[in-house]
Amino acid sequence: MTALATHPASMAAPAAQRTRRFTAWRRFAAPLAILVLWQILASAGLISARTMSSPITIAHSFYTLTVSGELLHHLLVSLARVGVGLAIGVSAGVVFALIAGLSKAGEDTVDSTLQMVRTLPHLALVPLFILWFGIGEVPKIALIALGAAFPIYLNLFSGIRGVDTKILEAAKTLGLSRIELITHVILPGALPSALVGLRYSLGVAWLSLVVAEQINASSGIGYLVMTARDFLRTDIIFVGLIIYAVLGLLADQLVRALERRVLVWRPSFVKD
Amino acid sequence: MADLLAASRPVVDIKGLVRSFGGPNILDRLDLRIGAGDFVALLGRSGSGKSTLLRTLAGLDPVTEGDVAVPSERAVVFQEPRLLPWKRVWRNVTLGLREANAKEKALAALAEVGLKHRVDAWPLTLSGGEAQRTALARALVRHPQLLLLDEPFAALDALTRLKMQGLVGDLWRVHRPAVLLVTHDVDEALLLADRAVVLDQGRIAADVAIDLERPRRHADPRFIALRQRLLGELGVDEEGHEQQPGRRSQPAASPSAHPGDRAPRGVLQPATAA
Repeated sequence: MTALATHPASMAAPAAQRTRRFTAWRRFAAPLAILVLWQILASAGLISARTMSSPITIAHSFYTLTVSGELLHHLLVSLARVGVGLAIGVSAGVVFALIAGLSKAGEDTVDSTLQMVRTLPHLALVPLFILWFGIGEVPKIALIALGAAFPIYLNLFSGIRGVDTKILEAAKTLGLSRIELITHVILPGALPSALVGLRYSLGVAWLSLVVAEQINASSGIGYLVMTARDFLRTDIIFVGLIIYAVLGLLADQLVRALERRVLVWRPSFVKD
Repeated sequence: MADLLAASRPVVDIKGLVRSFGGPNILDRLDLRIGAGDFVALLGRSGSGKSTLLRTLAGLDPVTEGDVAVPSERAVVFQEPRLLPWKRVWRNVTLGLREANAKEKALAALAEVGLKHRVDAWPLTLSGGEAQRTALARALVRHPQLLLLDEPFAALDALTRLKMQGLVGDLWRVHRPAVLLVTHDVDEALLLADRAVVLDQGRIAADVAIDLERPRRHADPRFIALRQRLLGELGVDEEGHEQQPGRRSQPAASPSAHPGDRAPRGVLQPATAA
């Protein structure tokens, strides 16, 4: 800092830096203040533990559940559900997008049907899924898969169709075969859209997980939360909510990291 | 000289080519022969059918009426570089090459266009001139018998354009492909080509041999004479401003004269051929 300040060209820099740091702190200040206020109100007995446990109680429950291994067990169950559902849903979405995107006949066959199904909020299918698949793992995974399939389908399909025709044309003059056009030009060109779709799919998958785990689950984060409700344990409910939030955030970061890896050619990444 | 070559061994042989997109014919019973190693500039107003002709020769537009003979070893450089942004520069150059030592050849071609230091760069980090050099290397590495250049310098700044024109001239002298250069720029045609073909309303309005020794100089009286002749063929006045679609320099006639008579056919055609 001091070394910087002695340099005449960067005289303005420390001040600007200080302002930026202050702004960054200010962003954290408000949530922190709320947390402190929450704790004070809870300690003073102004908020009952039935309505909302205090932050310290929540932290303590978090700790206890972690140490007992209970949290990890439920977390792994939930992750497995999302993993399997997402794998099935994303695979199906990719396959259908390739069929619809790469041929007109495929589009006519696949797209109209999928667009019709898409208008249905997939969570509304829960009663039907229970009748069809019972209350085991199958309806939960099916719900996640169904929800996750559409975002990746829509984005990959539009990505394939949106590939720059000028580049395609140039590639044709280079004598590329149809297969080479698909692997070298069309799919890499559609990849940025596909990754946006994947991010949406992940989001929908978490959402579906939350709903699915409220269908008579006997394990998973959702089960933990539902059981806590029966015992009026708001602290455990909050632990579940925090887990959901952190997992959603991590999943998003994962796709961002993937983007940085596979889209290195983009100037925004290149200049980093 | 050029005519002699064209007569003996034409690389491009077009007879009675007709092309239309529903309206009037864009190309109207067009005949054109290009000899091996000939550098031909194709001039014409916007909508005269230049780009349609080039696209037909590139195999991008189908031939529905007439005969078109072109070599299979041909390459195109467009106005935009049209590189694949997700492939490094040298991979763009080897794209579609089915040879064992494709990479070496690509590196050699890139060195030839002065891009030895950028072979591993991502295309979106290249400058306009560098990107167009890559496109040129990509064409060159295929050893084309016919090199099609579709206004390849139009999007470059003036200095870069001069350098690129010099580079294309050098490469042509070394590799001797037949070249068809589509351009709006009469000076560019006179600097590079040994034959200028003027297209008007889908037909060849003029076929002018440019019999000047290289390097060519703008101040050469014969250069100036040819320039005036070609501008005349293009219907531009002595000021000779480069034509822009929809901004043609009109003779200062009274506006009450029938404007419809004056507007040359073809100018109002859609921008597809621009």
